[in-house]
Amino acid sequence: MYWTLFLTFVKIGMFTIGGGYAMLPLIQRDVVDRGWMTKEDFIDVFSVAQSLPGIFAVNIAIFVGYRLKKTWGGFVCALGTILPSFVIMLLIALFFTQVKDNVWVEKAFKGLRPAVVALIAVPCLTTARSIKLSYKQMIIPVGAALLIWMGGISPAWIILTAIAGGLVYGLNRRS
Amino acid sequence: MIWLQLLYVYLKIGVLGFGGGYAMLSLIQADVVDRYGWISLQEFTDIVAISQMTPGPIGINSATYIGYTAIHNAGYSETMSILGSCLTTFAVCLPSFLLVLLISYFFAKFRNNKYVEAAFLGLRPATVGLIAAAALLLMNKENFIDYKSFLIFGGAFILTWKFKVHPILMIILAGIAGVILYW
Repeated sequence: MYWTLFLTFVKIGMFTIGGGYAMLPLIQRDVVDRGWMTKEDFIDVFSVAQSLPGIFAVNIAIFVGYRLKKTWGGFVCALGTILPSFVIMLLIALFFTQVKDNVWVEKAFKGLRPAVVALIAVPCLTTARSIKLSYKQMIIPVGAALLIWMGGISPAWIILTAIAGGLVYGLNRRS
Repeated sequence: MIWLQLLYVYLKIGVLGFGGGYAMLSLIQADVVDRYGWISLQEFTDIVAISQMTPGPIGINSATYIGYTAIHNAGYSETMSILGSCLTTFAVCLPSFLLVLLISYFFAKFRNNKYVEAAFLGLRPATVGLIAAAALLLMNKENFIDYKSFLIFGGAFILTWKFKVHPILMIILAGIAGVILYW
């Protein structure tokens, strides 16, 4: 069983390119179709995993593993998810320095770098849209971005302040 | 010393990394590039690009790469550098592991918890700011070297935003554009 869990998550880790959310349909198919979890359970786990810090796909893997085989299950699933990225990145770290100075690679990367910025800017806008920020609320992301970008404030402080602010506002509003 | 610093930085990223990979970027960048200077901003951008094309979450990819590179640049051997990448990858996952075990135990209580919900009233909009900061921080002279960079940026933005071109395809297209434009 541990071995099956491990292999399932290695497969999930290996075939999902482009971040944690891309892994979701694969995880769901494997976990739900094998009857390891009901669809409702999976959606519950998904929503909780989303509100945790850390790497989303790893969080899901640990949840699923824990449900099935407790602590060791969680460990094995996490290891499986991490392993493919770990091995591939390690190989790149080992060899990238050698190809980095190749003229053609250099030219390609000159083109890649501005595109990467666009690839980050787009999810920023789609997230802003999906959480339906009001104009008044826009001050939070704009302020946060400026404080980090211009003010050199550590994002860690922004996150802690946002949590504190949310707690103060949310709990007082309720009562 | 560098071992402890790597452990500290990646544990911190594991604890505070709310809102997914993109939101995590500015958190990683703040320590790895600005504070400790383990890699340059350009190298950081390259890792983000490579992460888009390789399997796995950016959090793991960056942890593995930076753990290796930081130890390697500090003058350690290849074997020690691989241990470095193990350390950072382990560190970034450890908080998740402990949290999930804790929450699985109290699952029913965590769902719809009023404190968690309240905290997210602040976290959700801040996440947008964190992603924006990551994009702004990378918009510098190292990555935008001339007007061609802005052309590529504009093209990539429109293709991704309007035409929903897949990030991997986008990276490949941008690489080809780079080779042609800088021939």
